Amino acid sequence: MSSIPLTPQTAIAAAPHASSATAGVRGLVADWSSDRETFHVSWGKAMMWIFLLSDTFIFSCFLTGYMTVRVSTTVAWPNASEVFALHVAGADVPLLLIAIMTFVLISSSGTMAMAVNCAYRRDRVNAATLMIVTATLGEVFVGMQAFEWSKLILEEGIRPWGNPVGAAQFGSAFFMITGFHGLHVTCGVIYLFVVAFRLLRGDYEKAGNYQIVEIAGLYWHFVDLVWVFIFALFYLW
Amino acid sequence: MEQELKKVDSGHQEHPIKLYLFVWGLLFVLSTLSYLVDYFQFQGLWRWGLIIAFMLMKAGLIVAVFMHMAWERLALVYAILLPPLALLVLVGLMALEGGHTFGTRMLFFH
Repeated sequence: MSSIPLTPQTAIAAAPHASSATAGVRGLVADWSSDRETFHVSWGKAMMWIFLLSDTFIFSCFLTGYMTVRVSTTVAWPNASEVFALHVAGADVPLLLIAIMTFVLISSSGTMAMAVNCAYRRDRVNAATLMIVTATLGEVFVGMQAFEWSKLILEEGIRPWGNPVGAAQFGSAFFMITGFHGLHVTCGVIYLFVVAFRLLRGDYEKAGNYQIVEIAGLYWHFVDLVWVFIFALFYLW
Repeated sequence: MEQELKKVDSGHQEHPIKLYLFVWGLLFVLSTLSYLVDYFQFQGLWRWGLIIAFMLMKAGLIVAVFMHMAWERLALVYAILLPPLALLVLVGLMALEGGHTFGTRMLFFH
């Protein structure tokens, strides 16, 4: 043993800090942090990014599952272009509702970006107004999704276990993916209304910190980002 | 100097409204283009190529400008953007698996 240069004893002697390390839970925290900071942003922003990263993995698992069932089924996949067509002025316009939903969500992302800008300029009335516009657009999106779901369920007979237009897996993939995304939008709307309310009340003015608006914005843009992938991979593919 | 300060303290993200409006417009154009891919019924490699290209451009714009990734420090950028690359392995494996399942289904049920 003694011939090996770095026994535990010598290792501690070589690193003077290690010998003075505290024990127990405090030691655990000290060992992991070591007074070093990796991300030079507020903890709120770093945590929101890490949450969004984990959410990325969840949505990616759904989309990968969708890919797997679509690749492996021997029955023809329903043509999304026809399933999601809207009958307008005597003609079937493909994917019309989905296109409108996409524009609504992108617009809400635009107003959110401007709300963050206003908040950093301490213009809290405009920031809150833009956030309420964002949340309202999000609500419109959820409303259109509810319309889309009821049309699919009631008129076209699409169920999670089967449907009359093609592969049985279509329904389960559709309801799972768009349902989980819709849940995110709904949570985002509530989150935005809460932050907008606190903004108007002057909570952030008092604290002198408007970064919470940017953090809420990160979540909202992420919801838009997920829709970009769903739109391309589920509706257009 | 102003730019330098902003790089160090990336907690504060303030950029010209004009930039946001420009990106907003670009996102509209890209969405319209990807909708037109379906409307004009492009098929085959063109369809997939265009859909993926427009999708990645839109995602890039949202992450870089709206989510301010372009101005964050590299430590944060890499911590967030590199891990999702592991998903490509999952997608690759599941594509192989799905192809295999399809093959055996064709063999035994058709």
